[in-house]
Amino acid sequence: MSDLPEYNFAYLDEQTKRMIRRAILKAIAIPGYQTPFASREMPMPYGWGTGGVQVTAAILGVDDVLKVIDQGSDDTTNAVSIRKFFARTAGVRTTTRTPDATIIQTRHRIPEAALGEHQVLVYQVPIPEPLRFLEPRETETRRMHALQDYGVMHVKLYEDIAEHGHIATAYAYPVKVDDRYVMDPSPTPKFDNPKMDQCPALQLFGAGREKRIYAIPPYTRVVSLDFQDHPFERTRIPASCSLCNSRTVFLDEVVTDDQGGRAFMCSDTDFCEQTRSSTGAKS
Amino acid sequence: MYVAVKGGEQAIDNAHLLLARDRRGNPAIPEMSIDQIREQMTLAIARVMAEGSLYEPDLAALAIKQARGDLIEAIFLLRAFRTTLPRFGDCVPMETDGMSIRRRISAVFKDLPGGQILGPTFDYTHRLLDPELAIADDARPCPVVLNEGAEPVAAPHILQILDREGLVEAPLNGADAGVEEDLTRTPLEFPACRELRLQALARGDEGFLLALGYSTQRGYGRTHPFAGEIRIGEVELSFAPPELGFDVPLGAVTITECEMVNQFRGSETQAPKFTRGYGCVFGQSERKAMSMALVDRALRANELGESSGVPAQDEEFVLSHCDNVQATGFVEHLKLPHYVDFQAELALLRQLREDWSARRASKQSADNGAAEQQEEAAE
Repeated sequence: MSDLPEYNFAYLDEQTKRMIRRAILKAIAIPGYQTPFASREMPMPYGWGTGGVQVTAAILGVDDVLKVIDQGSDDTTNAVSIRKFFARTAGVRTTTRTPDATIIQTRHRIPEAALGEHQVLVYQVPIPEPLRFLEPRETETRRMHALQDYGVMHVKLYEDIAEHGHIATAYAYPVKVDDRYVMDPSPTPKFDNPKMDQCPALQLFGAGREKRIYAIPPYTRVVSLDFQDHPFERTRIPASCSLCNSRTVFLDEVVTDDQGGRAFMCSDTDFCEQTRSSTGAKS
Repeated sequence: MYVAVKGGEQAIDNAHLLLARDRRGNPAIPEMSIDQIREQMTLAIARVMAEGSLYEPDLAALAIKQARGDLIEAIFLLRAFRTTLPRFGDCVPMETDGMSIRRRISAVFKDLPGGQILGPTFDYTHRLLDPELAIADDARPCPVVLNEGAEPVAAPHILQILDREGLVEAPLNGADAGVEEDLTRTPLEFPACRELRLQALARGDEGFLLALGYSTQRGYGRTHPFAGEIRIGEVELSFAPPELGFDVPLGAVTITECEMVNQFRGSETQAPKFTRGYGCVFGQSERKAMSMALVDRALRANELGESSGVPAQDEEFVLSHCDNVQATGFVEHLKLPHYVDFQAELALLRQLREDWSARRASKQSADNGAAEQQEEAAE
């Protein structure tokens, strides 16, 4: 039997990290472009954030402070699991406080607190191709991006309006990055889309199964697709957090009983805690 | 009041404890050893090594034990280990001609040089449960095989015999193709060359390839296949370090190789010839090797000008979906929380329903108004 294996800092070997960093640099140089990379098999399943984990592993340094969220929360099982993975394989400091983190790995949310230049936001991406559900073939979609042939996407959005009176996309709402590439923001709610625009933090997107990395450099223009007469609208939730009373944040709806009782609370648990401690609101 | 679920960390730790307990089962029953799994579950080992892309029977046995017999989980364990291993070079292309043969059959010639060797196969067993096997008995004598230990005979590839007459296209030659890209170290891009397709199929899911191969037999991209030859046995692998200038044997692996002979093509410039489909996998797995050969041939539809758009001929469809570790990950990730997306959808759906009701109400009142006007006009 083989000896117990020993793993490198942050699990991946240095050659692999170098390969991923090259892909990240290319992705930053071409904002919104999906850069192929030789995604590795990771010790967690595909779909659990293997792309984000590889990006984080490649950029993580000993002085970094890592925060991991899933659905906005630091305490969801998969966020706990990924945070533990890096605490174990890299021994880095971890935090749940958004302003204290230098790297934030996220699934499905962008933190409510504004991010700064010292921070990198790493998104876990299931399907990086915004055109995939309109055109299943990679050979076709790559050509469409090359030619900026985004007609099908506009037709789809137009058909939504014709049918429903709205663009019927609530999450993974497509954006155009730096006036060039149409990009999938990962399945974040469209509520979060405006936070990507001119963001001081570097935003990196990793799709492990699909072997793609893409990026939004700091202070880049990111526009949610819309029409002049049907401008992009942020989802409004007509409620406030039952813990901290915040109104302008994304709220999770929680079923409280089987009589149709509902309560709303902040999806971003750290933001909720900070608000409560500063305003003295009680749960 | 309800507080959103906390304590993910504790929950995960407890889940792992429960898993370990269930893996062990009833502690009154002796625990299985890796040796037992390796020796007595050889075909499971073969599948895990083939789709895990790592020839290591002991680790495959450990993976099967750890995965509680879930072979896709075991394949995943082996792959996650494999990905951390350093690569020090490519081995010399394997010569299956020199295989020490355990089983070798052809469905196209009755007899041939080297003979038909049935070997260990389920093919002619009657599928009757054997009550004798129900009792583990260390005293049961090991079966004695008649004529075993006969001198190995040279068994050239059967398709070479056809090749000599020019009846079949020349085989894909690894040496000519040069050093190929490693599918696990470079992202797959389309269109892929045949060598890369074969790499993907070799680690592809047995069940998926079986179904696709089967579909070609039932008319979704028919290729008129014959099992030209199936051979199972040990092949020696060697490595040629550039600084030494000669081959160093590394050891032997058991493989199953299948060469399908498929219906011919011809053109203005070429006389009609049989075509080939190729399958090769670690361990003994005829089902996988044959399915692979059928799918390999089907994926050559473009090259051979016979594409009809069926799934087995569609390179992007087959190669993007044949990997069971990827597939199971993405299917099963639906178990992860999606509250945020669901909440966004919920808000949208509520808004759409409100709008729909409002539109309907205003349309109804407009219709009623119009009907009244019509009535008035009729009066």
